[in-house]
Amino acid sequence: MSATTTPLPGIPGAWKLPYRGKVGMACLIFAESAIFTIFVVAYLFYVGKSLSGPTPREVLETPIFYTVCLLSSSLTVHFAGKLLERGRRGAFLLLWVLTIVLGALFLYGTGQEWHRLIYEHGLTISTNLFGTTYYSLVGLHAFHVTAGLIMLSIVLFFGLAGRVGPEQSSRVDVLSLYWHFVDAVWVVVFTVVYVLGR
Amino acid sequence: MLVSGFGSISTAINIIATILSMRCPGMKLSRMPLLAWLNLVMAGMVILAVSPLTQLRSCFRSTVTLAGTSSIRRPEALQPFWMHFFWIFGHPEVYVLIIPAFAFASEIIPVFSRKPIFGYPVMVAATICIGFIGLSVWAHHMFTIGMNSYANSFFCVYDNGYRGPYRHQDLQLARHDVGRKDPVQDADDLLHRIPAPVPDRRLTGVMMSVAPFDWQLGNSYFVVAHFHYVIVGGILFCLFGAFYYWFPKITGRLLNETLGKLHFWLFAIGFHLTFDSMHIPGLLGMPRRIYTYEPGRGWEIWNLIETIGVFVQGIATLIFVANLVLSYFNGPKAGNDPWDAWTLEWSVSSPPPVYNFASIPTVASRRPLWDLKHPEDPDSHYE
Repeated sequence: MSATTTPLPGIPGAWKLPYRGKVGMACLIFAESAIFTIFVVAYLFYVGKSLSGPTPREVLETPIFYTVCLLSSSLTVHFAGKLLERGRRGAFLLLWVLTIVLGALFLYGTGQEWHRLIYEHGLTISTNLFGTTYYSLVGLHAFHVTAGLIMLSIVLFFGLAGRVGPEQSSRVDVLSLYWHFVDAVWVVVFTVVYVLGR
Repeated sequence: MLVSGFGSISTAINIIATILSMRCPGMKLSRMPLLAWLNLVMAGMVILAVSPLTQLRSCFRSTVTLAGTSSIRRPEALQPFWMHFFWIFGHPEVYVLIIPAFAFASEIIPVFSRKPIFGYPVMVAATICIGFIGLSVWAHHMFTIGMNSYANSFFCVYDNGYRGPYRHQDLQLARHDVGRKDPVQDADDLLHRIPAPVPDRRLTGVMMSVAPFDWQLGNSYFVVAHFHYVIVGGILFCLFGAFYYWFPKITGRLLNETLGKLHFWLFAIGFHLTFDSMHIPGLLGMPRRIYTYEPGRGWEIWNLIETIGVFVQGIATLIFVANLVLSYFNGPKAGNDPWDAWTLEWSVSSPPPVYNFASIPTVASRRPLWDLKHPEDPDSHYE
């Protein structure tokens, strides 16, 4: 209708709204935080309540190296985004690959730990309450790392095809927001499982 | 479960991102229609309440089942823990249902009262409070399972506290009824009576939130009566109202007024017959989830009245459906703005074109269409 196009008084000159990708990702992060909170609370609630072994103190080893890998991948993804914004595609791709490698290393570390727990200590998800809550919490996080790696790889694929330029940097930022969240959750999971829970 | 959970969460994310990032120029948060505000709060609750449930009920349980014997069912795990997790979802879910219904009411009632919404900022604040508190009172569903007395007292006191913002919302809406300027047009009489069942439904809520009372009546028909009062009296009436209000916008046709009045009165009578009388067998000790009982306990007459009420409601709903169908084909043309309303959807044709607005409108007050219709006295002068 023509009437609605009539300009009204008091309209601000520059009308700025937050980027919808970031808002959406922020919402997703809130939702995921709620999920992780539930799993963390379940883990803490059942710590020490298993009637049979093995206990966390007996079998868990602190994965310092892989933790450092995951946390430093937060830095590489951040700087990759900055480089893309400035239009340095080559350097961006290099840091992006490094991020994926660091994330994959972390996932390998989790796999190795699970292999050791299952075949050396006989701890499976149905062994005792520790097994159930441990595999649920760490597995939920590993699932998020996997999802992140898949999304990072898709960006890498398009990047190698020459499709990712500075104009996509706000979208890439949305993805790196997710990756930062996955890393931040690991700090909590690490504290709960390997520090407080032992 | 997983699929519907993902559906709800992604819809909620969509609603929030749309509301925050895609408003038209001038549509500040303080000028948004209350419909958008209330849905924003609702979507926020979905994000925080539905996602854990989705994850827990589907992923957690199925991994445990896949892994063979479920250690969650071991004796050491048998605690009210999982009930807490369920009700952390279960209670906010009630608000996820009812907040959009309130959103309809807070759009419709001001238009037919011919007054701008009373106490807009307070309505927004009250809704946000309801959102926060609704997320944190879940354990009042669990007074009967034997939590310790500290937990009982905490949730009991806290729960009564949050009736505050709620009552406020009702009063704000009810105030519109006092001293209406204009006689109400046609079928929307009906909309106006939405708040009628509100005070009663809140009363039973306050009663249930007192832990000792709950011990007496937990699992009785009183509980069934309480939540039907809320869902039918609160949500369904608002939904019917929304149908009468927006049907002309959606289809371009007005609904029949006589059938509308008949529908309202029959449904209101049936509603009170069924759910008022349902409280009494509950007080007399009738448990819920039974299909038959021995005669001579004094429950028969009340259950008979309930059944009659159900049929009255059923007939009313059939009339409503018939009205929808008949008016869709034969109703009078609605025109762009049959209610002389104030929000932007009424500025375009009915039904709206697929592109909604030919050019993006700009907004300078809470009632943009009023401003257009009354250039001599626009709301934007008073902001």
